[in-house]
Amino acid sequence: MTTQRTHIMVCGGTGCVSADSLEIVEKFKGALSDAGYSDEVGVIKTGCFGFCGQGPIVKIHPDNVFYVKVSPDDVAEIVGEHIIKGRTVQRLLYQEPETQKKLPKHDEMSFYKKQYRIALRNCGLINPEDINEYIAFNGYEALGKALTEYTPDKVIEIMKASGLRGRGGGGFSTGLKWELTRKTVSDQKYVICNADEGDPGAFMDRSILEGDPHSVLEAMALAGYAIGAQEGIIYIRAEYPLAIKRLEVAIAQAREYGLLGKQIFETNFSFDIKIKLGAGAFVCGEETALIHSVEGNRGEPTKKPPYPAVEGYNRKPTVVNNVETLANVAPIILKGAEWFSSIGTEKSKGTKVFALAGKVNNVGLVEVPMGTTLREIIYDIGGGIIGGKKFKAVQTGGPSGGVITTLDLDTPIDYESLRAIGSMMGSGGMIVMDEDDCMVNIAKFYLEFTQDESCGKCTPCRLGTKRMFEILDKITKGEGTMDDITKLRTLGKTVKESALCGLGQTAPNPILSTLEYFYDEYLAHIQDKRCPAGACKALAKYKIIEEKCIGCTACARVCPVSCISGAPKQKHVIDEEKCIACGACYTACKFQAVLRP
Amino acid sequence: MAVKTLEELKRIREEQIRKVKLRESGESDDQTIEILVGMATCGIAAGSREVLNEFVALITQNGIEHIKVVQVGCMGYCHSEPTVQVNMPGHEPTIYGNVDKAFVSDILEKHIKDGQILDDHVLIKTYHSAL
Repeated sequence: MTTQRTHIMVCGGTGCVSADSLEIVEKFKGALSDAGYSDEVGVIKTGCFGFCGQGPIVKIHPDNVFYVKVSPDDVAEIVGEHIIKGRTVQRLLYQEPETQKKLPKHDEMSFYKKQYRIALRNCGLINPEDINEYIAFNGYEALGKALTEYTPDKVIEIMKASGLRGRGGGGFSTGLKWELTRKTVSDQKYVICNADEGDPGAFMDRSILEGDPHSVLEAMALAGYAIGAQEGIIYIRAEYPLAIKRLEVAIAQAREYGLLGKQIFETNFSFDIKIKLGAGAFVCGEETALIHSVEGNRGEPTKKPPYPAVEGYNRKPTVVNNVETLANVAPIILKGAEWFSSIGTEKSKGTKVFALAGKVNNVGLVEVPMGTTLREIIYDIGGGIIGGKKFKAVQTGGPSGGVITTLDLDTPIDYESLRAIGSMMGSGGMIVMDEDDCMVNIAKFYLEFTQDESCGKCTPCRLGTKRMFEILDKITKGEGTMDDITKLRTLGKTVKESALCGLGQTAPNPILSTLEYFYDEYLAHIQDKRCPAGACKALAKYKIIEEKCIGCTACARVCPVSCISGAPKQKHVIDEEKCIACGACYTACKFQAVLRP
Repeated sequence: MAVKTLEELKRIREEQIRKVKLRESGESDDQTIEILVGMATCGIAAGSREVLNEFVALITQNGIEHIKVVQVGCMGYCHSEPTVQVNMPGHEPTIYGNVDKAFVSDILEKHIKDGQILDDHVLIKTYHSAL
C-alpha cells in the first residue's frame, strides 16, 4: 500500500449511517478518483464519534479538522476546498453553543475536552469520606427513587434497556444478569461486588472505590432491590488498603443515615453490605472462584452452569458485578435508559474507563464513550508517545488480551471490535508500547504472570501456561527453533479450547496475537538470534563502531562489569562474553560510537 | 440522623449543594475558597499527603480565613501527581500538577492572595476536570 497523505474519516455509527453517511463515503471516493487523488487520500469509515447529535461527522487527518452535519452535497466542496486547496470549509465546522465560536479542531470542543464521565463522575470532585458531598451531587437519589417509585421489575427493565454490559471483561448484559437472578426462586439471595482488580496495569476500580465509594454502595443496594437480596458483599483485595478504609467509612456513614440497614426510605426493603478481603489472586476475578473465596474455600473456579444467578454464594442465587459496572447504575436509574443508550456504539453502550499506562505522555485514567478510537485515546487524550518515539502497539485486556497495532488504531473500541482483532476489552488496562519494546518479551511477561496465577485445578492451564512460558523464555534467550512456533500455536489453541475458566481460556491470547502481528520479531529471535527492539538481554549485543570511537574512555568508566577495554585515545572494544547489555555505555557515549542492538 | 424519605434526602442535597457548587459553577455563598488535593493511592505515593499537611499547616500558621482543604480521589492525571485543584469563587477552577511542599506556599501567596495563575504547574483551567 502506498502512503497516503490524508485520511478522510467518515462516521459509520448507527446515528450517522441513518443520516446518509454511507452515501457520503461513496461520494468522497468518487470525487477523489475524479480529481485523481485516490492514491494519496484515503476514505475510511469509522465507528461512532460519540457526537451523534451533530452527525454525520467527517474528520480529516492529519489536519485534525472536524466537520459536522455533512450532507452528501457537501462532499464536492470539501474535496475542492480542503483536500485540493487546503482551505477549511468554515460553514461545516462545529459551532460551540455557549460561545458561538467555530471550532475547527475537535479536541478544542468542550464535548471532547470533557471526555465523558459517568463512572468517574465524582472522582476528584468530592471528598470520598463525606457522604454529604456525595448526596450534594445527587447521591442516593436513584435508590430513593427506585424504592419509592419503581418496582424491582421496572428497575431491571431500565437496566436492560440501557444496554449496560459488564465492565469486568466479559461484557454480559447487566440487566439480564439481574433478571436471571431475580427469576430464581430462593429465600436468600446475594449481591457481590467484584473489586478483585488483578490485571497488571489496571487501576480504575481502585480509583472509583477511593474516589467515590458511595456510588458502588448505592448501586449494590439497587441491585439488591432488583433481585430480592438483603445482603451485599464487596470482595476486595487486601492490597488496596486505602480503598478498603474509604469503603468502611462510607458503609458506616450510609448506615448512620439509614441508607443501608433496615427499612430503607421507610419501605420494606432492607439491605446491608460487608467487606470481604481477598489475598489478591488473579483467578479470584473469575466469578465462581471469587464466590468460593468469599465462602472461605480455595479460590478455584468451577464449571458453569450452574451460573451464580442460579447457585452462587452459599449455593444461593448471587449476582456478581464489577466495580465500574456498578458505578454506572445510579446515573442510569436517575437519567433513564434512553440517555445511557444514546452514548456509545450499536452493541456497546455508555462509556469505558481506561487506565492508560506505558510509553504514553499522559498516563492516567480516562473515561471515553464506547466507539472512541485508540488513536484518539493515545494521541488526543494521552498526548502521544514519550520522547516522540514510534508507536508500536497497545496491549488491552491485560493477560487475557492481545496487542493492537498501527493497522487498527482507528478501530472504534467496543467489546465486539476488540475481540474481532484478537484482543479484548478486559477490565480496561491499556499499555502503550513503543519501538523499544520487544513483543516476544511482552508475551513472555504475560505468560509468566498467568502461569504464576494459574490456580492449578485444570491440567490445560496448569501445564499449558507453564510450557508456553518456557518456550517463550527459550526464544528470548536465543535458543528457540522454528519448531517452537508450531508448538506455541498448537499449545495455545489447545489451552484456549480446553481450560476450565476464563483465565486459562484467554491466557494464550498474548502469544497468539503477537504471533499474528509480530511474526517477524519471533523469526528474528529464532533465526538471526537477534532482538530487534534490543530488549532481550541475552540477545543484546552492544558494539563499538571503530571509526566513531575517539577513545575518551567514558564507556569504560561507566561499565558496571568492566567489559570494555582500550587505552585512552585508542579504540575501545566490548567483550561480548562479559557484557550484560545494560546499555550504560550507549548512554554515556557522546559520539554515537556505541551501536545498540 | 436517618434519612427516611426522598424529600429528606433532597433537603440534605439542597443544604450540601451550597457547599460544593463552587466546584461546578464557581459560585459560592460565603466566598470560601476551596483547595482539593488528589488523595488516591497514586497521589499519596507521589507525596500528596505532605502537600495536604503543608496546606493545613500554612493556613493555620498564617491565619488565612475563608479557605478549606478537601481531600478527593483520583483526578485522572496520574502522570503529574500530586495534583491540586484551586477553586476560587467567580473563577474557573485551576488544576496544578507536580505540586510539592515548596510550591504550596506559592499557591497560597501568589495564586490565592494575588490572583496570579502559576503557569509552570497548570495542568488545566476549566470546569470540566477531565481531559
